[in-house]
Amino acid sequence: MAQNLLDSIWATMTDVLPIALIIIGFQCLVIRQPIANIERVGFGFVYVLVGLAFFLLGLEMALFPIGKLMAQQLTAPEFIMGVEHASASGKSPDWSQYHWVYIFALAIGFSTTIAEPSLLAVALKAHQVSGGVIGVWGLRIAVAIGVAVGIALGSYRIITGTPLHWYIIAGYVIVLLQTLFAPRMIIPLAYDSGGVTTSTVTVPIVAALGLGLASNIPGRNPVFDGFGLIAFASLFPIISVMAYAQISAWWFKPE
Amino acid sequence: MPSVFLKTLIESFYDLLPIMLVIGFFQFAVLQQPIPNLIEILIGSFFVLIGLTLFVQGLEMGLFPLGESLAFAFARKGSLTWLLLFAFALGFGTTVAEPALIAVAQEAANVAAEGHVIEGTQQARTDYAFGLRLTVALSVGFAIVIGVLRIVRGWPVQYLIIGGYLGVMVMTLFAPPEIIGIAYDSGGVTTSTITVPLVTALGVGLASSIRGRNPMVDGFGLIAFASLTPMIFVMAYGMIG
Repeated sequence: MAQNLLDSIWATMTDVLPIALIIIGFQCLVIRQPIANIERVGFGFVYVLVGLAFFLLGLEMALFPIGKLMAQQLTAPEFIMGVEHASASGKSPDWSQYHWVYIFALAIGFSTTIAEPSLLAVALKAHQVSGGVIGVWGLRIAVAIGVAVGIALGSYRIITGTPLHWYIIAGYVIVLLQTLFAPRMIIPLAYDSGGVTTSTVTVPIVAALGLGLASNIPGRNPVFDGFGLIAFASLFPIISVMAYAQISAWWFKPE
Repeated sequence: MPSVFLKTLIESFYDLLPIMLVIGFFQFAVLQQPIPNLIEILIGSFFVLIGLTLFVQGLEMGLFPLGESLAFAFARKGSLTWLLLFAFALGFGTTVAEPALIAVAQEAANVAAEGHVIEGTQQARTDYAFGLRLTVALSVGFAIVIGVLRIVRGWPVQYLIIGGYLGVMVMTLFAPPEIIGIAYDSGGVTTSTITVPLVTALGVGLASSIRGRNPMVDGFGLIAFASLTPMIFVMAYGMIG
């Protein structure tokens, strides 16, 4: 356990080291000014480092094994069709028989997004910058709904084997149309929330779901069909965050 | 201090509660199977809770003030060249070592070998994966430079994003089909948990310190570029490699 923790801290440090070097380099060579509250900032860095190390180790011990196991169990033919059917008929199940997979995709997409630290960071900043107009929870829930729908639709795509780029291009068209009508203030934040959501917690679980689906469904190749869920998960929050702003603008519109 | 810690701890608990509920529900109600290694999972969940709490505290103490003070210092200095150089270094440096990217690059090399784009040898795969990592890191560095330039000049974000989308669509027509899934995914995985707070603070700090910029309208959008350009660059890499 202690060894794992040390490994995890070491891995986080190699992640942080380039950033620290760049910042220190520019601070000393270009800006040439001491950092304000250097002690507090230093402690903050240590907190982030240790916190991330614990977080990642905990994920590896708790969340990833069970997430992967559940993705496998839910996509297994025996679970989808019932044990006797799977061995007897040899027929592949219809896409609608995977309803538990869609529900799982919705639920796990939503809940992992709520736990995503990067999204929390951006939501805190947006709350502060907007003077409290954008609620931390409002933004997080809007993003989480987007990720949930995205991953469920992405699972449907893997199950039916339809080409990825048609979905993504259709999503882009919706984003473009919304950009024309959404309140101007929300647009950059909505675009950002797409990239932010798919981070430490979501990526490994979602990747496991994609690989599980692609390897268990007849006619799918995990190497070619397992990808693409992350793309869905980073496109749909853009749509849902703009929709959230559009709905609240419409709701609070003075008569 | 202890009361702040306790408050953050409770908030972190609420953040993690939905995952536990989802897993519990599916495990007991749908799959109807016991959870293996229950003790290890409980310890792991506790670690996640502590880790998230420390991370959020450290964010407010270290990363946010640091990103903002850097932005203010650059704005006061008034040298666009140094600012853009810093932007590139930050984008490139944080991405090239990103663990999620290393994993995706390795997967992509396996796909390329399976699709007979490259030779199946270990050496060819390692080279391909490394080339891909450099490509994505370059594209993120490029994205942050463009994004910072946008904040300084005050260009509307949607024109750049729409231009990027058109780029993605055009590249999709010409790129080999087996690279498309990886290219689309690589956009999402590049922005790590440490990069996001720092880059967000940098953008918001710049927008607040430059006259005539609104931090809400101009400060956000850097992450959006950083997740768009890798798609284009990776498809280009697939066409050349």
